[in-house]
Amino acid sequence: MNLVTYLRLARHAEQTFADSLRTVGRGHAKHPDVLFICQTLAKMSDKQARRLAPIVDRYGSSAASGDVEEPERLHAAGLAEVRTGPVGLLRDLQDLHVLGTLVQTTWTVVLQAARALRDDELIELCRHASGQNSRQLSWLNTRLKAAAPQSLIAA
Amino acid sequence: MTDRTVDIWGAGTPHAKGTVWPVRVDQHLDPGVTEEQVDRWVHSACLLCSNGCGCDIAVKDGRMVGVRGRASDEVNHGRLGPKGLYGSTVWSHAADRLTRPMIREGGALVECDWPAAMGRIVEVSQRLLREKGPLSHGFYTSGQLFLEEYYTLSVIGKAGLGTPHMDGNTRLCTATAAAALKESFGADGQPGCYADIEHCDTIFLYGHNLAETQTVLWSRVLDRTRGPHPPVLVCVDPRRTKVAEEAVRTGGVHLAPRVGTNLALMNGLTRELFEHGWVDDTWVAEHTLGVDELREVVGWYTPERVAEICGIDPAELRRAARIFGTGGAVLSTVLQGFYQSHQATAAAVAVNNLHLLRGMIGRPGAGILQMNGQPTAQNNRECGADGDLPGFRNWDDEQHVRQLAELWNVDPLKIPHWADPTHAMQIISYAEEGSIGFLWISATNPAVSMPESARIRRILAGEQCFVVVQDLFLTETARLADVVLPAAGWGEKTGTFTNADRTVHLSEKAVDPPGEARSDLDIFLAYADAMDFRDDDGAPLVKWRTPEEAFDAWRAASAGRPCDYSGLTYAKLRGPTGIRWPVTEAAPDGTERLYTDAVFPSATEYCETYGHDLLTGAAVTQQEHRALRPDGRAFLKGADYTPAHEPTSEEYPLLYTTGRTVHQFHTRTKTGRAEPLRRAAPDMWVELSPADAERLGIAEGDMVRVESPRGSIEAPARIGRVKEGAVFAPFHYGGEDRQANELTMTVWDPVSKQPCFKTAACRVSKVRAGGRR
Ligand code: SF4
Repeated sequence: MNLVTYLRLARHAEQTFADSLRTVGRGHAKHPDVLFICQTLAKMSDKQARRLAPIVDRYGSSAASGDVEEPERLHAAGLAEVRTGPVGLLRDLQDLHVLGTLVQTTWTVVLQAARALRDDELIELCRHASGQNSRQLSWLNTRLKAAAPQSLIAA
Repeated sequence: MTDRTVDIWGAGTPHAKGTVWPVRVDQHLDPGVTEEQVDRWVHSACLLCSNGCGCDIAVKDGRMVGVRGRASDEVNHGRLGPKGLYGSTVWSHAADRLTRPMIREGGALVECDWPAAMGRIVEVSQRLLREKGPLSHGFYTSGQLFLEEYYTLSVIGKAGLGTPHMDGNTRLCTATAAAALKESFGADGQPGCYADIEHCDTIFLYGHNLAETQTVLWSRVLDRTRGPHPPVLVCVDPRRTKVAEEAVRTGGVHLAPRVGTNLALMNGLTRELFEHGWVDDTWVAEHTLGVDELREVVGWYTPERVAEICGIDPAELRRAARIFGTGGAVLSTVLQGFYQSHQATAAAVAVNNLHLLRGMIGRPGAGILQMNGQPTAQNNRECGADGDLPGFRNWDDEQHVRQLAELWNVDPLKIPHWADPTHAMQIISYAEEGSIGFLWISATNPAVSMPESARIRRILAGEQCFVVVQDLFLTETARLADVVLPAAGWGEKTGTFTNADRTVHLSEKAVDPPGEARSDLDIFLAYADAMDFRDDDGAPLVKWRTPEEAFDAWRAASAGRPCDYSGLTYAKLRGPTGIRWPVTEAAPDGTERLYTDAVFPSATEYCETYGHDLLTGAAVTQQEHRALRPDGRAFLKGADYTPAHEPTSEEYPLLYTTGRTVHQFHTRTKTGRAEPLRRAAPDMWVELSPADAERLGIAEGDMVRVESPRGSIEAPARIGRVKEGAVFAPFHYGGEDRQANELTMTVWDPVSKQPCFKTAACRVSKVRAGGRR
C-alpha cells in the first residue's frame, strides 16, 4: 500500500518543517517575535510527527511484501542556515511558507486515503494537523505582510 | 485634611449596595495659599492616572496653586488621591522647565528659537521623504496628550506623510486592554462603568493593584466592602497587596500564581464553569461564537494541573471559580499584572470569556473593566495616533479606509493600511537599523520606560536616526535627542480626554505656559504648516487651528462608529460632570453601559478587527471572518498555556517582575517634582519574599544587586509581600543602576504587541548590609 509512503512523507515533512522553523527562529533571534513564535510553531509540528509514529507503524507492518521504500526525491530539503538582513528575513519566511504548504498538501492527500479507508483515527489526525498547519501558514503570511514594505522600500 | 501620602485613600464613606457613592470633596493648595486668595477655579480633570477624576484647578497670580475634586463628577464624586492632590500642579513652576527649543550642535544641545528648531526638523523630514519615502518616519506618542492633539497627529501621519509607523507608550500600558476588547467583542470600548462598583456582589481583580494604581477607585471599592451588604473580592496577584488583604478580609480568595502562568489559571477557572454547569447555555448560544472550541481548549486544565503549574492550592482555585460561577453580579477589573505578562491578550480575553459564559455583561454590577494605565490612553486608541485607525476603523476593510479618505479628501492609497500597523517595539527596531531615520517622541520617556533600557538609550543616541523630543523637561530621553521642543502641560492648554470607563472630560487652559513653550497641538500644526501638507484639492490638509475646532473635526470622524462623539460639544462638557461616549442624537447624555442589548460590534462590515490567533498573533482574514457570520455575536476565544519566554535556571533562579508605587506616576517627570510625593517614595527598592531573603542572607534595608541576562540594578531590599521565587521592583526610577527596565526583556505579546515587563529570570545577591529604611 502506497499510503505508508505518504505517511512517512507527512512525518518527514512535519519534522523538516519543525527543524527549519527552529533554524529560522534562532537565525533571526534579534526579532524576538520571530524567535519565539517559530519555536511555538515548531512544537506544533513536532506533535503531529509524534502522533503519526504509531500510525506509520500500524500501516508499515501491514504492508504486504516487505517495506515500501519512500523515494528520497519525495522529500523536501529543510533550511540549514538563514540569510541576513531584512530582505533575508523575508526570503526565509517565504521558504518556510513553501515547506508549510508541502505539509498542507501532504495532509490533504493522506486525508483522502484515510477517508477511503474509513480510518477514524487517521481522519482525526489529518483534520487536526491540517488545522494546526493553517495556523502556522497564517502566521507566516501575517509576518511577511508586515515586514515586506519596510524591507523592500526603506531598508 | 490629613497627610494623604500616609492616609492614601482618605476618610471612608461606607454605604450600602445599590446606593449612590457619597460625595467627599478633597482639596489641596500650595503651602501658604488660602482658599480666599485663589483668583479663580478652572474646569479640568486629573491627568495622573487612567481614573480621570473631575477637578478644578486653583489659579493665583497667573500660577496653578492647587486642585479641588469636583463634587458633581460621576467619576470621583469630589475625591482626589495623593498623586492628584500633590502632583498635579507643582511641576508647572519648577525651575527646570523647558522654556526654549534646543538643537544638537557639535554633540551638545544648545538653545535656539522656534524657526531654527522647526527648520532643522523640516529639513531632515523633507530630505528623508525625498530619499526614502514616508516609511522613513516614525512617531512615538504618549498616554498623556489630549484627544485633539492625537487626532491632529494622526491626520498628519496617516494622510500627510502616509506612514504606518505611529504608536504611543499606550503600547506599554493598555495595548492588551484594547486587544482583548477587540478580540472578544469586535471593537475597543469598555463594556462597563465605574458605577458597577455600587451594584456588584463580587469583584474580581486580575493583576490589578487597584489600591496603588487608581487610589480614588479603590476608595470607591472600600466604601462598598466596609458598608452594608459588601461584595466579596477575589484577587489574582503574586504579591500580598492591599487588594489581596481586602479579598481575604471579605471572605474571598487571594490567588498568587507563579509569575508568567496567568493563562493556566484562567483556563482552570473557565473549566470549572463548564464542569459545574455555571454557564448560561441559552444566552451563550444566542450571543456568542466558539463555545465548543473553548470547552475543548480548557478541558485539560483540571484544578490539580493548574495548581501544579501556578503553584497555588487547588481548593482555592475551586473556591474562586465558585464565587465567580454563583455570584449574582460580578465585576471584573484587569491591569498590568495580566497585560504586561506572558500570554497577555489570551489571559485578558479569558476574563471576557468568563463574563460571556455567564451572560454577565451589559447590566448594572455585571461589568468588565479592562483598565488603562494612563489617563489619555483611550484617546490615543480612538484617534489613531497609536497604530489604530481613527474611530476604531478596520485597516483591513477598504470601506473603512475610504471613509477616512473622503473625510480628509485624500487618495485612499495614501493612508497606510496594508498590514497591522507598526507597534512601538518594531518602530524602535526600525530606528535601530536606520530604516526609520526620523523619530518624533512626544510626552514620554522611553529611555526609562521601555524594556531593556540600555538598548533603547543606545538606539536613541545613535547617528542612524534623527530624534525629536517634545516634553516639559529635559528627561532622560530628551537628553539624547537631536531637537528638543518645549511643550505646554496640563492646565497650560485646552483639550479633552477620556478615561478608562469612557468618560470624556474637558480640561481648560488655566495659565500660560512658561517662556516659549507651546501646546502640543500648536507644535503639530506648526509642523503641518512648515511641511505644507495638502489635500487632493490643494487646500491645507489640517483645516483647524484651535482645540475646539479639532474636537469638532474629531466628532465628524467618530460619527457612526462605536466611539461616537458626534453629540458631544465643549459646551456640554463644561457641565457638572464628564460624559461617557457614545454621545449621539439618540443618547444625548452619553451611555453608561455598552452591550445592554447583547449586540456586539462584531459584524464583518462594522468590526474594528477580524481578530487574531491568540497563541501566535496570526491575523484572521476578512474572508475567514465573514464565513463565521458573527453578526453581532461576541467571540469566545481560548488558547493553551505555554511556559514563559525566559524560564528560571540555575544561574538565574528567580522571576523578576515590575510594577508601580502609589506615590509616583510613570518616570516621575511630574510626580518626582512634588515634594510630598518625593518624600513618600524617594527612591528605588527591590522586594523579596521572606523565604528567599532568608536563603540569600538578606535583611530589610540591605543593599542588593539584581541581575538578569541583560543588566543589573542595585537597590535596598524590602522584605515582604511578594510570592516566593519572585522579585519585584518599581519601574518609575531613572538613573545609574536604578532602572527596573535594565533587566526586562525585549519580547512582546503576539496579539497586543505589549512588552512583557513581568517575566524575566534574575538572581539576587547582597552587596552590603544596611540599616532599616
Ligand atoms: S485616582 Fe488618578 S485621576 Fe484620580 S486623583 Fe488620583 S491620580 Fe488623579
